[in-house]
Amino acid sequence: MLEALVEAFPTLSLLAWEPPGWGANLIRGLVNSIQIALGAYALGLLIGTAGAFGKLHGGPVTRDLLAIYTTVVRAVPELVLILILYFAVTDLVNQGLVAMGYARVQISGVAAGIAVLGVVQGAYSVEVIRGAILAVPAGQLEAAKAMGMPPMKAALRITLPLMLANAIPGLANLWLIATKDTALLAIVGFAELTLQTRQAASSTKAFLTFFLAAGVLYLCITLLSGVVFGRIEKWARRGQRGSGAGQ
Amino acid sequence: MTTLATQIVSTAQPEAIRIEGLHKSFGTLEVLKGVNLTARQGDVVAIIGGSGSGKSTMLRCINFLETPTSGRIVIGGEEVALRPDGTPANRKQIEHLRQSLGMVFQQFNLWSHKTVLENLIEVPVHVLGTPKAQAIDRARALLARVGLAEKADVYPAFMSGGQQQRAAIARALAIEPRAMLFDEPTSALDPELVGEVLGVIRDLAAEGRTMILVTHEMKFAREVASHVIYLHNGVIEEEGPPETLFGNPQSDRLKQFLQTVG
Repeated sequence: MLEALVEAFPTLSLLAWEPPGWGANLIRGLVNSIQIALGAYALGLLIGTAGAFGKLHGGPVTRDLLAIYTTVVRAVPELVLILILYFAVTDLVNQGLVAMGYARVQISGVAAGIAVLGVVQGAYSVEVIRGAILAVPAGQLEAAKAMGMPPMKAALRITLPLMLANAIPGLANLWLIATKDTALLAIVGFAELTLQTRQAASSTKAFLTFFLAAGVLYLCITLLSGVVFGRIEKWARRGQRGSGAGQ
Repeated sequence: MTTLATQIVSTAQPEAIRIEGLHKSFGTLEVLKGVNLTARQGDVVAIIGGSGSGKSTMLRCINFLETPTSGRIVIGGEEVALRPDGTPANRKQIEHLRQSLGMVFQQFNLWSHKTVLENLIEVPVHVLGTPKAQAIDRARALLARVGLAEKADVYPAFMSGGQQQRAAIARALAIEPRAMLFDEPTSALDPELVGEVLGVIRDLAAEGRTMILVTHEMKFAREVASHVIYLHNGVIEEEGPPETLFGNPQSDRLKQFLQTVG
C-alpha cells in the first residue's frame, strides 16, 4: 500500500526520516513550533490573568498602562511586532550589557520566540479573561466575601475556576493562533516548522509535497487541541446545567 | 428602681450585634438616615419594610458588604474600626468578623462549580483551617439537619430553589457563626418551596440562635421574631415586640404597610 503510493508519487520518499529524506527535519521543526507555542501560550495566560485583574481592580495608572499595552500590541501587525521585539529588544539588551561592561550575548531563538509571541498572546488574553471574569455572577464572589475569605483566596478559588468556563472558547482560539503564529518566527531565522519546510522544499523543488506535509502536521495539532480543550471545557463547566459540554 | 434595672441587666444575654447611628448613601441618594439596632444573644430581629426602605442595605452593612457612610458597628463587643470616610480601617478585622456571621442571600449564591458538600467545607477548610475530615463530618451532619443528606455530591444547579437555599443555610452554619444574617431568604422561591426554608429557619430560632432577618413574610416574622423593626425611607418608623407591632401598630405608615402586604 505504502510502496504503491510512493511509486505513484515519488516525491513522497523525500519525507523519509533518514537523509536524503527530510522527515526528521520537519518533525524537529514541529517540536520547535510546539515548544514555542506552549511557552508563549503559558506566558500569555500569565500576562492575561494578571492584566485582567489589573484592568478590573487596579489603580488608574495600572489601568492606563494596561490599556496602552493591549491597544498597541493588538493594533500592530504581529509580523512587525516580531521584527521590532526580536531585533530591537535583542539590540537593546546587548547595548545595555556593553554599556555596563559585559560581553554581548546571543539570545536563544526559543527564548526570544516565547517572549515575543507571549507578549502578543498576553494582549489578547487580557481581554478574553477580563470578559470571562465579568461574566461570573457577582453573588458568587459576594458569598466568599461574606464568609471572610481573603480577596486573593477568593480570586483563586472562586473567580478563576468560574471564569475558566466562560474563557475556554476564547482561550482555545488563542492557542490555535499561537501554534500558527510560530510560523512568523521564520522571518527571524528560527528553525520552526515553516522554515524547515521551506528549506526542504527549495532544496528538493518538491514544493507541493512538503507544504502539504506541513499542512497536515498543523492540522494534526489543531485536531488534537480540539480534543484537549473539549475535555478542559467539560471539566470547567462541571455543575452547569444544559451546557454544551454536558454534565 | 435601681434593683430592678440591675436585675434586668444581669438577666439579659450578652450583646451580639449593635448598630448605632448608621447612615448610608449611594451617591446623592441617602438610603439609611441614622438607624440603630441592638441584638442580644438569642434574639431574632426581623426587619420589615417596603421595597427601597433600606432594609437589605442595613443588613449588608452589618458584615460590610456595604460600607457605611457613618455610624458605629459593634459585633460581639468588638467595634469595627472605621476611617473618617467610613471605610473599614483594617481588612483583617473585617474578614475575622465576617467569619463569625453566617450570611444567607436571596439568590442563594451557592458556588456553582462545587458540589453541595464542597460548598459547605470550603470556608472551614480553606479559610478557617479546620481539618478536612472533621469539616466533612460536620457538613454531613448539617446537611442531614436541613434534610439534604442525600444531596451532598450534587451540584447546586441540579437542585430546586428550596433545596439550594437550605444548602446555603447549612453552608452559613458550617462556619459556626455567632449570628446569622438572612437577606430575604424566601423572596426568590416559588411559593410551594417557601415553607421548607422557613421550617429550617424556625428550627434555628427555636434552638436560640441569634438572627437578623430581612423578610417579606409577615406571618413568619410575627411567629419567630423576638423584636421587629419597621423601616421606611431609611428611618426606623416603629419597632417593638411582634405582638405589639403587628397587633397594635401605632404609625399610619405601618398600618398601611401591613394592610398592603396582608
